[in-house]
Amino acid sequence: MTARRAGLIGCTSCGRVYTPGATDCPLCGQALHSREPASMQKVWAWLIAGFCLYVPANLMPMLVTSTLGQAMTNTIIGGAVELALHGSWFIAFVVLFASVAIPVGKFLVIGILALSVQYDWDLNRKTRLHMYEVVEFIGRWSMVDVFVVAILTALVQFGFIVNIHPGPAAVCFALSVALTMVSAQCFDPRLLWDSIEEDRIHD
Amino acid sequence: MGAHSEASSNRLSQPASAAAAHSSAGSAEVRELPGLIACPTCDMIHRAEPPRSGEVARCSRCNHVLIAPRPGSIDRVLAYSLASAVLMIAAIYFPFLELSTAGLEQRMSIIDAISAFSTGLMLPLSIATAMLIVVIPILRALLLSYALAPLRRGRPPFRRAAEAFRVAETLRPWSMAEVFIIGTAVALVKIAGMATVGIGPAFWAFAAMAVILALKDGFMCRWTIWQMLDPRRG
Ligand SMILES: [Zn+2]
Ligand SMILES: [Zn+2]
Repeated sequence: MTARRAGLIGCTSCGRVYTPGATDCPLCGQALHSREPASMQKVWAWLIAGFCLYVPANLMPMLVTSTLGQAMTNTIIGGAVELALHGSWFIAFVVLFASVAIPVGKFLVIGILALSVQYDWDLNRKTRLHMYEVVEFIGRWSMVDVFVVAILTALVQFGFIVNIHPGPAAVCFALSVALTMVSAQCFDPRLLWDSIEEDRIHD
Repeated sequence: MGAHSEASSNRLSQPASAAAAHSSAGSAEVRELPGLIACPTCDMIHRAEPPRSGEVARCSRCNHVLIAPRPGSIDRVLAYSLASAVLMIAAIYFPFLELSTAGLEQRMSIIDAISAFSTGLMLPLSIATAMLIVVIPILRALLLSYALAPLRRGRPPFRRAAEAFRVAETLRPWSMAEVFIIGTAVALVKIAGMATVGIGPAFWAFAAMAVILALKDGFMCRWTIWQMLDPRRG
């Protein structure tokens, strides 16, 4: 029996079960909804905004290195390739995984999950929840490359000889990660378990 | 329909009739249905029957962990929160990394890493970095301490303690100390070729803090804490 079928509302924060009528949970103050209102619209809005920033984040320079007055720029992928060329295969893999595989996978998975809810795709419920949980857990690790830029900028400051500065991609990338995290948080996983014949009629 | 206790994989049972439980709710006033717990990820209602200490009770439909009581949980979470705050102060104060090449030396602290983006239009990113690696981890430790400290001696919780605990939980994904440590490792590899890098005491303090924060979050049984924060129980 789900809370919705019983005509009740469960708090997603503290798990208490209430009869309908309250806007906030009397115990913890969390907004009470049987399902997050307009969940999919919010998910799409944040996800598309995140994607729009992810594109320039990959095209613009992430790191600007000036050596003896000569500036050299590196994109996210360029930086990883350079690491690989220097033989640091593992670290190159970590960077590519955090900056490319996780964000791209996240766009795809959240998109697929949202479509599966909106069009009632017959995907395995548990698989969908696992996908959601993985995405929610792993998304924040994308921030690694932004921190790498912060540390290199703070550390490599030798005036004219060599210094490192952040490129505009750092801002785009950080924002993109934050927006997709918000997107995942707007996704109400309870919707993954609803289906037409069961719960959705109670809207 | 009682809770069964196979080791470490208890499934909570469904209430006999959740609908019947509130059939008398004809009035408009909001009523809590005591003794029930709704799964936050699939909305299934269960009877909230805590398993034995050290075991976990899972949702019967989606397997989400609902209750996982641990002995001495409150004490440990408080100790970890305090330790993480002390380590954070050390991490901010001491040098984080040192770089030397061809007679030149450069030291950096966590504050320097935060202010790396402080020029011009990137300033918001500096503020965001400060939030992610310093402010939010500390704020979470403070909120948790505020919510849990009185419970340790069996006293009633402070005002709005439940809300403080909820905010601490909401902020969890935005506390990125451990991500910063991985970022440091990548940065070290990137510059290892061009200079000698020394690791400062702040690095170890920060790394220890990241580990403690992870332990703390793994150790907390949210449901047990909600029970203690609930004024109607205690
Ligand atoms: Zn609540
Ligand atoms: Zn569940």
